[in-house]
Parts: sequence; C-alpha cells; structure tokens
Amino acid sequence: MDAIDKAIINRLQQGFPICAAPYQRVAEELGLVEAELLSRLQTMLADGVLSRFGPMYHAEQMGGALTLAALKVPGERFDEVTEIVNSFPEVAHNYARNHLLNMWFVLATEQPEQVATVIAEIERRTGLRVFNMPKISEYYVGLQLEA
Amino acid sequence: MIDAIDYQLIAAVQTGLPIAARPYAAIAEQLAIAEQDVIERLARLKTLGLIKRWGVVVKHRQLGYRANAMIVMDVPDDRVARVGALISQQACVNLCYQRPRQGEIWPYNLYCMIHGKTRDVVLEQWAELRHACNLCEYPFEVLFSRRCFKQRGALYARPIANGDGAVPCIAGESRAEEIKNKQSFGMHA
Repeated sequence: MDAIDKAIINRLQQGFPICAAPYQRVAEELGLVEAELLSRLQTMLADGVLSRFGPMYHAEQMGGALTLAALKVPGERFDEVTEIVNSFPEVAHNYARNHLLNMWFVLATEQPEQVATVIAEIERRTGLRVFNMPKISEYYVGLQLEA
Repeated sequence: MIDAIDYQLIAAVQTGLPIAARPYAAIAEQLAIAEQDVIERLARLKTLGLIKRWGVVVKHRQLGYRANAMIVMDVPDDRVARVGALISQQACVNLCYQRPRQGEIWPYNLYCMIHGKTRDVVLEQWAELRHACNLCEYPFEVLFSRRCFKQRGALYARPIANGDGAVPCIAGESRAEEIKNKQSFGMHA
C-alpha cells in the first residue's frame, strides 16, 4: 500500500458522493484519473485491505436492534462456547477480552424482540448467563482509522 | 416513507457498490429503474438516517491497527452525559456509549473504544485522555481484545418490517433460502 492508496482510504472513510459519476468526482479531488482510482480500489478489495465499499446502515432506523453482550466463560470451555456463540447468524462480532467477562459479542437482529430470544437461546445452549448491555446513550460513532 | 423499491435498493447495495464508472446505473439496471431514481432514493435514505454513512470498511489489522481497547468507566449517572460528550471530542476515541451496569461483576457504565497500532500507544493515549478530561477519580478498566473470532457487518435476511408491518420479501420464502441470501451490513453496535 503506497501513499496514494492511503489517501484514497482516508478520503473514502469520510463518505462517498451520491451522483452519476462518483468515482470521477473523488478521483478529481485526489488528483488522480478515474481509471487509476477504480483499479486501485479493485486491488485493495482483492487484497483484503478493504472489506467492503458501500453504505453503513443505522440498525434502529432500519427497524432492527443491536446490543453488546458478554459471557463469563470457564477457560476450559472457551473453544466450545465460541463455537456455539458464533453459530448464531445474529452474532456480528465476537472478541475474547482480558477480563472475568471474557467473551464479548455484538448481536444484530432484524427485529427488536429477537434480541431476547437469541440471548435466551445462547443461555440455554451454553448454560451460561448472558450479560446484556444495550446502549443507553450514544455519544460518538466516528470510527475512522488513518491509513 | 420507505417503499418496496427502497428495500430492494438497500438489499442491492448492501454488499458493496460496483467499482465502475457509473455504479448507480449498474444498480439501476439490476432493479429495472432509472439511474436518477437510484441516486434520489439513496440520497433520501441518507437524509432520513437509514444510511448512516457511505464509505469504505477497512480491516483494522490490515492497516496495522492491532491493538483494540474497550475502555470502561464507572461514572456517576448525573455526570455520565457530560463526561461522554467530553471524551467524544478527543481525536483518539472512535466510539463512545453509555450502557447499563451489571452489578458487582461489572460496575461500569461508560464505554469508549481506542484503536491503535500497539498496546503501548493505546495506553499512552488513554493516559493523556484521562488527564485531559479529568477522569482520574473514576474507576476504569482497559480490555484489550485477545482474539477476534468473528467480524462482519450485521446481517439481514430480508428487508426490515416498516411501520405498518408490511414486509416486502426479496430473499426466498424458505428459511434456508433466506440464510443463503444474507448479505453483509457494516455497522457498529
């Protein structure tokens, strides 16, 4: 990845024009020709630097729900519980973290009432209590990482 | 508000926009509507807030961001909004939320995420942040992620029900078909 790729990533994390020739507009801003921007984007997607290029939806506005939940998993059961939790299509992210509550995952459901159902099912299948921590207030969401 | 074509459009762009000179024309062709219609509908979905932002989804680790810390604090309820707003102004903070405490095992109610290239850099940024925002009196913990088992956007098998309960179905009727047709949304909880 060179300086031009980094400039492209940094620019596109800020948004993308919704107009007939959006890549042309972004290319002009960056002082590139459109063909070069397109080919670099294709390469970065193929190489896995970018996972996706498109819209970020607002879960609640879409009618769905999101929550953050945690489990206190006994060390010897970690792999088994990971497999159970990850098998739920509603589990979007799952991270091991250094705490007594050592497994943290995000649930994303199409409808708000499904959160409780999925949590109950995870509890039933793991035999562990799920600590559910839905957001009360959102102060900031602006995940942009400088390339 | 949102009609069946909007839902089809949401489904069509959710895996990503085509990398081509006229990407919205390519989507329009799929849906058999006009390019200008696609542009106007997407702009409207953005104005309405259903599309939060439009951009690239980078892989943290590929960019060298290997340290991902969830920092949690116990801040008195009457101060949490003020502290949350203050923390959010700091450049190193990527996400900031208030969430419910969970009794003794988890007395924390304010969360922020810091992504950094190394753990040392993240801890340094946190030390500066604590100082700059006067957070020293609040109990806290820094939880680094040890392993990432799963990272993808949220998934929707079919369009979300709108207010009046109408659920236009794009994916198949059977559950198996729906799962097969699931697409990826980028989203933060």
